[in-house]
Amino acid sequence: MTFISRRDLLKRAAAVGASPLATKSYLGPAFQGGHDVRPERADLHDGMGGREPLENLTASEADLLDAVVARLIPTDAAGPGATEARAVRYIDRALGGPLASSRPAYTSGLAALDRFARSLHGKSFTDLAPAAQDAVLTAVESGAATGFTGSAAFFALLLSHTHQGTFGDPYYGGNANFVGWDLIGYPGVRTMVTVVDQERLEKGELKTNHKSAYDYDTFTKASGKTGGR
Amino acid sequence: MATRLKDTDVVVIGLGAAGGVAALPLAQAGLEVIGLEAGTWLTRRDFAPDELRNNYRGWPQGVQKANQEIPTARANASSAPMPRGTIHPMQNAVGGTSLHYWAQSWRLNPWDFKVVSETRRRYGASRIPAGSTVEDWPFALDELEPYYDKVEYEIGVSGQAGNVGGTLDPRGNTFEGPRKRAYPMPPLRGTEFLDKMTVAAKSLGWHPFPGPAAVNSRPYQNRSACMYHGFCNRGGCHVDAKNSTAVTTIPRAQATGRLKVVTRAHVTTIEVDNGGRVSGVNYVTDGVEYFQPAKVVLVASFTYENTRLLLLSKSKAFPNGLSNNHKQVGRHYFSHHQGAPVTALFPFDLKSWYGLPAQGVAVDNWADDNFDHASLDFIGGGNLWVMSDRRPIAAAGMNTFGRPRWGSQWKAFVRENADRSHSSYIQKTTLPYEDNYLDLDPEVKDPLGSPVCRITAEFKENERKIAAFTQDKMERWYREAGAVAVDRAPVGGAMGISTHAYGGTRMGDNPDTNVVDRFGFSHEAPNLGVLGASVMGTSGAHNPTLTVQALAWRTAEHLVRNWKTIGT
Repeated sequence: MTFISRRDLLKRAAAVGASPLATKSYLGPAFQGGHDVRPERADLHDGMGGREPLENLTASEADLLDAVVARLIPTDAAGPGATEARAVRYIDRALGGPLASSRPAYTSGLAALDRFARSLHGKSFTDLAPAAQDAVLTAVESGAATGFTGSAAFFALLLSHTHQGTFGDPYYGGNANFVGWDLIGYPGVRTMVTVVDQERLEKGELKTNHKSAYDYDTFTKASGKTGGR
Repeated sequence: MATRLKDTDVVVIGLGAAGGVAALPLAQAGLEVIGLEAGTWLTRRDFAPDELRNNYRGWPQGVQKANQEIPTARANASSAPMPRGTIHPMQNAVGGTSLHYWAQSWRLNPWDFKVVSETRRRYGASRIPAGSTVEDWPFALDELEPYYDKVEYEIGVSGQAGNVGGTLDPRGNTFEGPRKRAYPMPPLRGTEFLDKMTVAAKSLGWHPFPGPAAVNSRPYQNRSACMYHGFCNRGGCHVDAKNSTAVTTIPRAQATGRLKVVTRAHVTTIEVDNGGRVSGVNYVTDGVEYFQPAKVVLVASFTYENTRLLLLSKSKAFPNGLSNNHKQVGRHYFSHHQGAPVTALFPFDLKSWYGLPAQGVAVDNWADDNFDHASLDFIGGGNLWVMSDRRPIAAAGMNTFGRPRWGSQWKAFVRENADRSHSSYIQKTTLPYEDNYLDLDPEVKDPLGSPVCRITAEFKENERKIAAFTQDKMERWYREAGAVAVDRAPVGGAMGISTHAYGGTRMGDNPDTNVVDRFGFSHEAPNLGVLGASVMGTSGAHNPTLTVQALAWRTAEHLVRNWKTIGT
């Protein structure tokens, strides 16, 4: 048994703290309005909000999903949402691994959602005004959407995966720029929380730690090819 | 044809919380032990603080045996199957689920061993719920106390004793049975919110106390103290401060030179000779079949798999499955009623982002028979538990108390309240019933073609009444601490799949109603022992693992003392 003292851990944490906070792949498009914005990150983005090559979704599925998650966790006066968190990038990647069993549900569910939108409004979901999009989603959520078997379950799946892509570890492609964690006030991943840290947290003085679990080199990287729900 | 391996004294199937403990006294006594574990060794490097991997992906870093044989479940024999889970509550690794469990390490209370006789004595026989097959344990708490003590010190448990040798200490649980000595470590630290809840409980006249945990509150046995980093819920410990058997009893047993750990061993069946004694274990590694002969076999693979393995092991002597000539394997199954939580919303931040689910404050005033049931219409009760445990994805999925679950209104709500809600954990007395059982699923099979376990079980009136009663108490506690909104989950229906699964190989003196005897050995196959909560006939209102470990130590010690009759 090796013994790690708090002192060693402190030293390790300090060493990790000296390395860059995040790699380019974690970063999403800069958010242009509201607060909690870090414009200094904008120059690190891979383009002007352009989409990286999709791994699993088709372009039209990704467009539709972009529009859906933008209503589930909207970008608004309270700050960035699922769009800035790159929740769709998370879902796209995960559908080729841990969430692969959900791929058929996305294929049929997204198609049914768009058909339902067209049946109501004569337009694709992506072309609807936000209020009309919300009405479509409300019907899908409640199971009232016509021509759409299992719409409530599909909505629950979408919402759950949008949460994962917004509030999960940035390692997996979502929660870009830590916008999800900042939204709910999560003070960040740490490997040690001392009595003093807890007291600082309780006084509102604990500094937020913008780190992925895998920014700590003490951990083997997740492969994430199996399991999931 | 399976490769026949060299004979050994004892094979333990599964090196988890139970098997990992039993291996130590066996090896220390000089027996040659082979531990067959489906998983592999995992180390601190495998335990990243990663909520997605821990809580949503079923530990992809481990061997995926359990996740490929998840039991099916239905409420009763005439109801449709429930949607099948995607993650098994247990996982495969050396140390098993003791790597990622919450590590709450409770002893049962005295009443839990004597539910039938104590209920009759105090309230009359008519108060035993209709249809329940509950029996008294074949012994009382005092029989198990030395083994609780042994395990608490051997693996390391932190906590505040409430009853040392009959002397009550109000800082601890005064409802616990007498213990020989205090815990080896003081309790885990408190937080502002836990302190607030403690004060609130006291002002109601209740007796709050910090709960026991197999987590180091200070360095213990050359391992670190807890770092409180917040990923203990289904997370392994990155500093080995959680006292899984992988960092405690298993390496100590290996150090004797008499425990051989075989990893990636997927056990399929237990063999029986013509005389009705077990002769060894069949297992598969990477498609290659092995037969490991042994003088004694201890099954220690969690409740669902214990029952399944016995039912799959058919022979001339046991045509209905091993040790099942009395048709008791799979019977008396129940899972702890841990559900039906109460969720509260406070008008202030709880600062609960760090900590661990075993760090908390408990109230036992409404557990077991710690209060008078004369004017009530149920028996038993629940332990109220308030812990410090929050992670971001779970926080975002918080109860919105009737508000929308998405959109700008939702976003504004979680932005303000993500750290302002708390869900209690209430573990309730749960009893076995005639029509709650485990068997083999007639249709669903695992990748090797063997049927998976099927759960047919639902919570009955007694459990649902306890749920409603304890929800009342929990709501009072939250309100006393300043909660502005309180929401109660439904009181419970189908049991489904659980981390706290009991029965299927129940322990008792009567072979007509129990699979194993008072020491955990089969009534029918004398050199077969069973470890785990599958031998427990009542749940009490507290987590099962420490009881499972105390029983495992006791079974192992019994085997050592009676090696000549059991092993040869």
